[in-house]
Order: sequence, then structure tokens, then C-alpha cells
Amino acid sequence: MNYARIVWAHLQKDLRLEWRSKDAINGMLFFSLLVVVLFSFAFDPTMAVSRQIAGGILWVALLFASTTALNQTWTRELRHQVLDAQRMAPSPASALFLAKVLANFLFVTMIQVVLGPLFIIFYNLHALGQGWWMALVLPLGTLALVVNGTFFAALSLRTRNREMLLPLILFPISIPALLAMVQSTTGILTGEFDPGLWIRMLAGYDIIFLTLCLLLFETILNAE
Amino acid sequence: MPPAANAIELHEVSKLYGSFAALRKVTAEFHTGHSYVILGPNGAGKSTLLRNLAGLTRPSFGTLMLLGTAEIAAVRSRIGYLGHDSMLYDELTALENLRYSARLYEEETLPAGRWTPEQSLEMVGLDPGLNRPVGKFSQGMRQRASLARVLMAKPELLLLDEPFSNVDLASSTQMLRVLNQMRAAGNTILLTTHQPELARPIADCFCTMREGQIVSMEYFLSTDQASSLHSAEEHHA
Repeated sequence: MNYARIVWAHLQKDLRLEWRSKDAINGMLFFSLLVVVLFSFAFDPTMAVSRQIAGGILWVALLFASTTALNQTWTRELRHQVLDAQRMAPSPASALFLAKVLANFLFVTMIQVVLGPLFIIFYNLHALGQGWWMALVLPLGTLALVVNGTFFAALSLRTRNREMLLPLILFPISIPALLAMVQSTTGILTGEFDPGLWIRMLAGYDIIFLTLCLLLFETILNAE
Repeated sequence: MPPAANAIELHEVSKLYGSFAALRKVTAEFHTGHSYVILGPNGAGKSTLLRNLAGLTRPSFGTLMLLGTAEIAAVRSRIGYLGHDSMLYDELTALENLRYSARLYEEETLPAGRWTPEQSLEMVGLDPGLNRPVGKFSQGMRQRASLARVLMAKPELLLLDEPFSNVDLASSTQMLRVLNQMRAAGNTILLTTHQPELARPIADCFCTMREGQIVSMEYFLSTDQASSLHSAEEHHA
């Protein structure tokens, strides 16, 4: 219970900071909207083609957009040496990480809520498969993005070019997850194949990386 | 001489950054319940020493014992560290910052009768009801809020890195008053500063560092600290 209370304290703080500054949300929203609109103009796809490419565009837009928020996550902690106060606190470091993951998960989900309807309009989408599976793919995919993103953003904290470094580490390691997200979304939209295998793969990826990141975060936080 | 129990013991502690030695075989003892003012020019190793004691960096060589143990993580909740910066979130009010900080300390690890965020802020002369984000505080208010955060858990060992830098006289005096209370309550204080005359009223010892080494420790055994503080305040007034 103590652990949950500490996670909640971190999460509340992050949500309050974002509510007051809106640093992450604004950047993500603007970026993802731009990608979606630009791609729709660039390709002008037919309905059938839309179903084939929409999954890729959606997840790539979210991946790029989320990196802007993920960098912000830790920049806040670096300002005024707040991170040192976090390191001095006797609370578990993994609670801080978990709260950051949850906060980023909420921010990206908010973007999806805005982006979803626009996506359907711009790409004239209508799922031929079982559309309700998207309710599983979206949170699992988002979790994959934010778990790794939050972890690697912390890893690159003490480097000079951390904004550059994060995508360089994050994108290659996210390829298996990205593949699963895109394939399962395409499977749902086209109805041409069963997305079950890809969804299971995504869930497995989430479990493995969340566990690893939780276990390793304290080492990352206290690295010199 | 001061009591035998040592809050801190350093034995041949060195800290290397690449080929640069920020601390060079420092061996020293800091007695429990005493207040040490660490002096020295920039680059003397004062901040590095405090960061090592706070467990924020690890010595490259040598051993250090804090509050009777070499396992600093085990005594973290009994140490209060104030860095160069405020260690507070600009977007939150002082009270919100302190309430958040308080929630990170588990009840069982804290001493009985610890201060509430409101009490801590009042102690340093800040209004807990002040609905202004810390980012809009003056430097003096920010430092006092930061000190309030550190004091809240009633730490046995206070490590303060230049708490008076860029702080007006009124704020410094207020901070000194609080530190004097902490010292009187038996807490150990290590404080670095470039203003020895300001910190003199609470000092039991002036410790001078140069080129990563402690070169002198000058104790004031017969000083009446309270009256000294009083006269310093009168002088400033």
C-alpha cells in the first residue's frame, strides 16, 4: 500500500506540473496533428489503400510525438537539481519510474483521443475486421512506447545531446513493438488476417520491458 | 574536546573526475551535535565533499561512515541535503512542493514529532498560504523554502551547500536562526559558504579546504553561540 501511495504522489505531481505548464501535451498534439494532416495530403489514398497504410502512419506519428513528451519528463526533474532530492528520498526509485510511465501513458492516450476521430475523417477509415480490438492494441502499443521512452530518456539524462540521443536509442529498440502495433492495426482495419498473434507479441513485449525497466531504473537513477 | 560520537568519519577519501582529483585522501571526523562551517576557494572540493556525504556521488577511494554506518542508503531519511539549487519545482507553490516531498518519506523512517509542511514553512518565515509558484519567488524566499523542505523530516545530519549565496540579509538571518535551533537540538550541521562572518554565529568549527584537502579545523569551544547570533542580528539591523 505504501508503494501505491508513493506512486500516486509522484503521479499527482506530474499531472499537476503538466496541467500548469502544458509543455508535453502541446508539443505532442501539434506534432502528431501535423504528421496526420501532411500524410493525408501527400498520399491522397483511396479507402483500400488507407486501410493498408493507416496503422503505420498512426503509430509512427505517435512514436515521434511521444519523444517530445518523453524528453520533457526528465528535463523537469533536472531543473533546479530536483532529481537530487528524488535520489535522496528514501522512497523506492521504481515508484518514480512507474509514475512517470503512467503519466506519459495518460498524455499519449489524450493525444489519441483527439487524433482518433481526425484520423478516421482524413483517411476515410472503416474497419473491416473486429474494430473493438483497437481498444486492446492502443493501450498496449502506447505502453510499449512510454515504458521504453521513459527509461531511455532517463538513461540519456546526463548526456549533452539528450534530445538527439533519445530517438537514436528508442527507435531501434521499439522496432519489434512498432511492427506488432502496425501489423495488428492493419489486421483490424483490413480484416485480411487475424491480429491475435501480433497483439500477444505486443503484450509480451510490454511485460518483458516493463519488468526489466522497473528492475534497472534504480541503477540508472543513481549512475554518475 | 567535543563528544566522542562521530556523525561522520572519513578515511582517506578521494574523488576523481577523470584525471582530476576533486577530493584527495581526506581523513576527518565530524562530531555529533556540532556545527561545521566549511570554507575554501572555488574548486577546493567543498561541494564534492557534501555530495559524497549525501550519497549523491561515491568516493573513488577510501571509506566514509555516516551516523554509524557505511551504508548511506540505509540512513538517507536521516540526512538533509540542500544543494546549490533550490531542488523545488517552479510550477508548484512552496506548500505543494513540501507536501509532495513529505509523501515520499515513509512514516516509520521518520522521527517522532516531525514537522508538517506548514510548520516548516512558518519556521523559515514563509506564509504556507502563499498561493504563488516557487518560480516567482525571490532568491531569498526560494532558499528559505528549500531549507524548509530539508528541515521537515528533522534530519540528524544537515548538509548545506552555500545556503546564503545570493540571499538577502533578512533571509540569511532567518535561516541562521533556524539552523541555530537545529544545532541546539543536537543535530549535526555541515555548511559550506564564502561568507564566514555570516555563518560564524552558529559555527562550532571552521573547517578550511584547499585543493581537495582539509587543511585546517579551528574549533570555538568557549563561544556563547546564542549571544553571538543575537549580536550579529543586532549588528545587521
